Amino acid sequence: MSVQSVSLVEAVRLAALQEMRRDPTVWVLGEDVARGGLYGQYRDFLPEFGAERVVSTPISESTIMGAGLGAALVGTRPIIEMRIFDFVMCAMDELVNQIAKIRYMFGGQAKPSVVIRMPHGIWRNSAAQHSQTLESWFVHLPGVIVVTPSTPADAAGLLVTAIRSDDPVLFFDPKNLFPVTGEVASVIEPIPFGKARRVREGRDLTLVSWSAIMPAVEQAAATLAAEGINVDLLDLRTLWPWDREAVCASVEKTGRLLVVHEAVEAAGFGAEVVASVIEDLGPAGIKAARRLGAPRIPVPFAPPLEDAVKVTPDKIVAAARGTMR
Amino acid sequence: MQPQHNIRRLVELYSAMCRIRAFETAALTAHKEGVIPGPLHVSIGQEGVATGVCLNLRASDRITSNHRGHGHALAKGAGVQGMMRELFGREGGHCRGKGGSMHIADFSVGMLGANGVVSGGIPIAVGAAQGLKMTKSDAIAVCFFGDGAINRGPFLEGLNWAALYHLPVLFVCEDNGVAAFTRTEAVTAGPGVIARAASLGVPGETVDGNDVMAVDEAAGRLVAEVRSGKGPRLLQARTYRITGHTSTDAAAWRDPAEVAAAKTRDPIEKLANLLSERGVAASEIDGIRSAAEAEMAEAVADAKAAPWPDEAIAYDDVQDVGAVAFGGRA
Repeated sequence: MSVQSVSLVEAVRLAALQEMRRDPTVWVLGEDVARGGLYGQYRDFLPEFGAERVVSTPISESTIMGAGLGAALVGTRPIIEMRIFDFVMCAMDELVNQIAKIRYMFGGQAKPSVVIRMPHGIWRNSAAQHSQTLESWFVHLPGVIVVTPSTPADAAGLLVTAIRSDDPVLFFDPKNLFPVTGEVASVIEPIPFGKARRVREGRDLTLVSWSAIMPAVEQAAATLAAEGINVDLLDLRTLWPWDREAVCASVEKTGRLLVVHEAVEAAGFGAEVVASVIEDLGPAGIKAARRLGAPRIPVPFAPPLEDAVKVTPDKIVAAARGTMR
Repeated sequence: MQPQHNIRRLVELYSAMCRIRAFETAALTAHKEGVIPGPLHVSIGQEGVATGVCLNLRASDRITSNHRGHGHALAKGAGVQGMMRELFGREGGHCRGKGGSMHIADFSVGMLGANGVVSGGIPIAVGAAQGLKMTKSDAIAVCFFGDGAINRGPFLEGLNWAALYHLPVLFVCEDNGVAAFTRTEAVTAGPGVIARAASLGVPGETVDGNDVMAVDEAAGRLVAEVRSGKGPRLLQARTYRITGHTSTDAAAWRDPAEVAAAKTRDPIEKLANLLSERGVAASEIDGIRSAAEAEMAEAVADAKAAPWPDEAIAYDDVQDVGAVAFGGRA
């Protein structure tokens, strides 16, 4: 099978393109999608699929979300594009009260087969309403899948799985990584949810992360390796379901755990990972377990201020050294 | 009196309204007995709207409803046993005991669900209409909501959307003049739902919702327009909620004279009188009503006798991937 080197945004474009060609019930709705989307993730979809399947919508997030659900209930498979994650706040009733619960509260009669794409994270000094990473909120929400890829290949393969899924999938595009390139197969195979990817093998410290912060984590891991600390680095890729087994197996080997996320540290998904590992392995089996996230403040605008709240390779290295004491 | 209202149609409308009234009266009694748990919102007095609209629909048409949805479900053909068992939270309920009164749904007859959030069904109906249009179906979507819903964003968004994409959807504003415990006019600026709809490109008209024949006539016409591809339409049906917001609300803040006057406009009594005037025997009219009451009494007895759902059912139908097993971790 042939492989090409493409940017992450091109990888997810190719994944959606492949699935829309494969299944005529798949369609996309959201602001500016007929123009290719804010990032070009739907570039050239309109001429190929037409305005009925590539629907540029009003700035009506409630109805983008709710209409996607209604259309799923009559047998179509919508990709609901939220443009920027932060705008999903305008559609929370439709997401939380309707989509996440409709199958359950109607006793299995409904099939809310939607993908909700929410490009998230710190990006180009966009300040507090365009930079959030609140993925942990949605792990707390029964009824949905939470997908947080970090590479072109993972994003493409997981998007294929998401589009084919009968469950509602919250797909967090890592928007700051859209230009990052990587190899993607010409036929994109689905990647199962709940399987972590081992980025680096090591015996000294288990490092767990996901989404847009992954390049910083990898950079930190390289620095640590130069110091003689070899980390076992796992990219969770999906937060619900998440690969608890892989993380526990790694910590059994290393005895040390550090979870890193771009999101605020307090009540982030790192807390869940740390608690789960301690529950499974028992405190005796663990020499250190901690998380590293952002301070509990909104993301500020000015570059030096934004840098101050960001989790950086230096902070990750320092936290990792702290677990080695 | 429209010419198409022959005796057969009148009897059909009367029977459908009697079934809704009997269902909700029986449910209210059971709720007072404590055998129906949770909140119960009945539509006593409003039966003409659900009946007049839904009797113009096909099985393939979809409806969305609000928290006061028993009438819409019954008029659309939802199974009574499954509905009553659902209200009781018993096995065999349409939603397997996981929805209750506020989340009644019967997808097998196109009833896409009652909704616990005011205006929650509007975007869903609009999306269903969009999906139906996309798949070249000749079915339409009908969206029931109350007058309180027109002050929420999804009303504005949904009507704009439906008009923009020329969708096959009929909006039905069941206007009982009250939003929970507050008179809607006290919290609503401007000239009201018809003007708002018109400003969003959705033609609307008003009908006396307690005159089931008028609702039937208007809905029949609007449904045909929507089905023929003319785009969305809105029907405002003025009616009156005889009972309180919930089964435990006496609505004592209302002037008793107002309620008494409203009862003289009861859609069921009005139609019974007309049937009598048109020569239908009192025994036949009473027979329709008592048959409905007997049907619902049987449904209550059945629901009372039905077993509670197995505990493991609580873990079903959350999601396919990442589901938590019964008795499992997390």
